[in-house]
Amino acid sequence: MEKELWKGNEAIAEAALRAGCDCYFGYPITPQSEVPEYMSAHMPKYGKVFVQAESELAAINMVYGAGGAGLRAMTSSSSPGISLQQEGITYLAGAEVPCVIVNCMRGGPGLGTIQPGQSDYYQCTRGGGNGDYRTLVLAPSNIQETVDCIQEAFDIADQYRNPVMVVMDGLIGQMMEPIEWKPYKKRELAPKDWAATGRYGREEHNIINSLYIDPELCDVHNKHLAEKYALIEKNEVRWECIDCDDAEVIITAYGTPARIALTALENLRAQGIKVGLFRPITLWPFPEKALHDLVGNDNVKVILDVELSSTGQMIDDIRLAVEGRKPIRYLGHAGGVMPTVEEICETAINALKEVK
Amino acid sequence: MNISKVFDHRISIVTGHYGTGKTEFAVNLALALAAEHDNVMIADLDIVNPYFRSRERKAELEKSGIRLISSSQEAAHADIPALPAELLGIFQNRSIRGVLDIGGDPVGARVLARFQPKIVSEDYELLFVVNANRPEVRTAESAIEYLRNIEKITGLECSGLVNNTHLCGETTEIEVRKGAALAQEISEITGIPVRCHVAVERLAESLSDLKEPVFPISIKMKKPWE
Repeated sequence: MEKELWKGNEAIAEAALRAGCDCYFGYPITPQSEVPEYMSAHMPKYGKVFVQAESELAAINMVYGAGGAGLRAMTSSSSPGISLQQEGITYLAGAEVPCVIVNCMRGGPGLGTIQPGQSDYYQCTRGGGNGDYRTLVLAPSNIQETVDCIQEAFDIADQYRNPVMVVMDGLIGQMMEPIEWKPYKKRELAPKDWAATGRYGREEHNIINSLYIDPELCDVHNKHLAEKYALIEKNEVRWECIDCDDAEVIITAYGTPARIALTALENLRAQGIKVGLFRPITLWPFPEKALHDLVGNDNVKVILDVELSSTGQMIDDIRLAVEGRKPIRYLGHAGGVMPTVEEICETAINALKEVK
Repeated sequence: MNISKVFDHRISIVTGHYGTGKTEFAVNLALALAAEHDNVMIADLDIVNPYFRSRERKAELEKSGIRLISSSQEAAHADIPALPAELLGIFQNRSIRGVLDIGGDPVGARVLARFQPKIVSEDYELLFVVNANRPEVRTAESAIEYLRNIEKITGLECSGLVNNTHLCGETTEIEVRKGAALAQEISEITGIPVRCHVAVERLAESLSDLKEPVFPISIKMKKPWE
């Protein structure tokens, strides 16, 4: 198919429409406002529902209602807006309501900045809401991958009856890139016989609920959720390795920093320095085993983690995977300041010198 | 090429659908004009986009002797629709050769409306940037609808088309020619002339057969890994 030039946020919205998103609820916030803007312009044409809610809090609860009725529901926001939605997300996870949530991340904490950020890693992988729950988190690093992830996210959400988050730093939402609309591989999905759409002669009502007053029942429910999360960990983990086979330095990065790291990798390889890139595509489940096995190789001397975060957040998952066997260095900026190719090269070279 | 001959009005106003590459064109235009003129000024009036605005190229523009004014100078990284009073300088001081970079869409073009009475009394040209790879303005019909909306909102008349069809780093000659055909079609329907075709330097030579001049540019609005 012919390539087209798309802005990240527009492409997110279009991808959701192509994946059969029935309804969108959201509230504008920079740097993702083009998502609701596009949805508001295009959804009515297809008889779909667009609601600009009065707040992000309202939007996520509308998602709960529509998703509970078996519709493909979606919301999108940026960091502070996603913070507001955490209560709704734990309810969705608890009640096993599928939905897609897009977080086009900006810098924090608080209102932070409208420039790109990745400091919502803890929030999306650990959950900002209460309880033992997980959301599957996809973290694409270019617009093509974003489009593919968004389309698949609806299927994944339905398959596991769980919220799926697609997260990208604001740059991916705002930039332009050529993409191709490819037919995506649809999953075989069971009918939504759990949805609250009416009894239709059945014995029992379908109830969408996250409240389990009886401690035994709540324990059973949590056990069921835990089994589901274990299944997701087994089936859905994704990552990409570039030039890792003989690498002495492994750079870990996702989203935009992974692309900057890739240019750094090419520059370093041209100088004869053996660098590889390990890029998680699912942040939860984190590709723990893959990284664990990779850093076990004798050639790996040091790991350099690069994030749009002052202290690093994904670095905790990297530490868990590395298990102290190899040293880990960190390079990161907040506030929308991008690590440069030169900075990554320099940090990688220094890290290697220190450990050799 | 002699850029002042192609764009021979005192003020060039760059508009179009967002993502067509207005800013890349505007920054390159200002730099090319600065090689031929003193006193070139570029105004970044983008109140729509939070990233990829010409103000990010401030240092480079200033090095070439170009003055940059932006929509919210003390808060360059915010998305505040505030315009500096300095902007009036472009309209009032006739020794300035001005380039106005307008944010995408008719909404972004609204910033011009309040200056309409001043602009119409000056020697200006409203340019419409065409990009045949942008899905919402890839047909002559949809592009003309955009163009007319921008004219309606700004109260200004468009008098030049700029073909800036590209696919970022994947651009080939074919893309530029596809855009040339679209620009031609728009031109035939509206009577608005095509001023030039924009192409990165490596492609410019192979496009010399096009009817209108080819404006060779180098990419200024780079992504952090480029």
